[in-house]
Amino acid sequence: MKELRLMKGNEAMAEAAIRCGADGYFGYPITPQSEVLEYFMAEEPWNRTGMIVLQAESEIAAINMIYGGASTGKKVLTSSSSPGISLKQEGLSYLAGAELPCVVINVVRGGPGLGDIQPAQSDYFQSVKGGGHGDYKLFVIAPSSVQESADFVKKSFDIAFKYRIPALILSDGAIGQMMEKVELFEQEERLTDEQVIEKYGSWATTGKTADRERNIITSLDLIPERLEDHNKHLQAKYAEIEANEIMFEEINCEDAEHIIVAYGTSARICQKTVQLAREKGIKLGLMRPITLWPFPKAKIAEYGETKKGILVVEMSEGQMIEDVQLNLNGKIPAIHFGRSGGVIPTPDEVLIAFEKHFM
Amino acid sequence: MTEEIIIAGFGGQGVLSMGKILAYSGIMQDQEVSWMPAYGPEMRGGTANVTVILSDDRINSPVLNAYDTAIILNQQSMDKFEETVKPGGVLLYDPNGIMKHPTRTDINIFQVEAAAEAARLKVGKSFNMVVLGAYLKIKPIVELENVIKGLKKSLPERYHHLIPMNETAIESGQKIVKEIQKAK
Repeated sequence: MKELRLMKGNEAMAEAAIRCGADGYFGYPITPQSEVLEYFMAEEPWNRTGMIVLQAESEIAAINMIYGGASTGKKVLTSSSSPGISLKQEGLSYLAGAELPCVVINVVRGGPGLGDIQPAQSDYFQSVKGGGHGDYKLFVIAPSSVQESADFVKKSFDIAFKYRIPALILSDGAIGQMMEKVELFEQEERLTDEQVIEKYGSWATTGKTADRERNIITSLDLIPERLEDHNKHLQAKYAEIEANEIMFEEINCEDAEHIIVAYGTSARICQKTVQLAREKGIKLGLMRPITLWPFPKAKIAEYGETKKGILVVEMSEGQMIEDVQLNLNGKIPAIHFGRSGGVIPTPDEVLIAFEKHFM
Repeated sequence: MTEEIIIAGFGGQGVLSMGKILAYSGIMQDQEVSWMPAYGPEMRGGTANVTVILSDDRINSPVLNAYDTAIILNQQSMDKFEETVKPGGVLLYDPNGIMKHPTRTDINIFQVEAAAEAARLKVGKSFNMVVLGAYLKIKPIVELENVIKGLKKSLPERYHHLIPMNETAIESGQKIVKEIQKAK
């Protein structure tokens, strides 16, 4: 039987990392994600699986330890919250350029700047549009429950290694701090170098053998034509991910005339909004993007043909709305509703906003 | 069945742990649960609150603006949460330190003199369990047996010898809770 526990989202992510056979965690504390590091320290995974846990001297040091660990083919992760994730952007660009698999967790808090410590979703642009320099993408996945917080750690490592891409779990202070029932998957073995090579190919710096060329991990290439080729190669990989890895969930959308698009905590709140609307006889549905990149473009475009309007609900001043509008291509109106700075909207407040714009 | 609860009081009164024990009790009887604390500046200002939801169905929003039950343990929380009880819902409070008592007439109001009772029983730290007992008397949504299992799950083993004391506190809370007003 699987194990049932009551856990915080942050704790569930840490436990999931141990269970999916991660080799190392490098991080630096910051509210509201400090429980990730605290859980590791209490759980002592170095005794359970041999996993290394290290509190780095800064967020920048931690992301560069990720670069080092990932270069050797190890399963490594780091976590932080918004201001700390900003510090990691240079490292993320390097990881993407060098095609290194890793998992980065962002438990988002209110910004900009040092902001506050309350839940927010104002790091959408940073996550899906770049954040660091250069033409790169991260695989970005947004859990909306403690269960998904655990499951998506495993999912993110799978994608990261399958495509050699950094994966970002975009959580927020609410999902990180709240406790829910979580069903934990079985402990998986950590992979040996040989198993990594067999499973994912011999790209990593696992020690040169006589029968192959040496592996070089770098994001530097001073020959423009060669760097352009590298960029084309990255783009082809991103196209493949867009074709195969989009995830979303639809709730009450089939007969809905209007749709709310929301992810993470907002999606949980909007489920209640949909319930309240249905009780009043309003045909409202909810579409929850689970992967934020790749974004469920085709589904949004389809709503442009079949629905009357979309309310995009985010704990920000409006970021994902741009991707919704882009894919609707002006066919139907899309309007933003959000609270920012760490304020969480309530279900009835969303309904009032919906009725104001669409009823 | 879905029960949406806010528990609010001072930091140190055991507000968060009471919510956690309630959530664990729900798990013990196969319910869906969510426990959403206020962890921000309000916590650092001395007040603490937690939203607990127990349900037979998948729980949607962990954040609410109206509750079936408000358990209120200080004046600040009374000022903030009295108005958030759904009409016909329950407001349970400890009158200790309350200057302005609730005035709504459309809710069911109960009192539990938990601070006084915990002092009388010489189990000061089980204050929150007296309150939990009172709540479970009003709304027996979880079996006492599951609460004990929940306590075992949420307390580290080194504190398990305190469980009988907590059980006594829960039982005394069930005895001393008083109905002040039926909803009109």
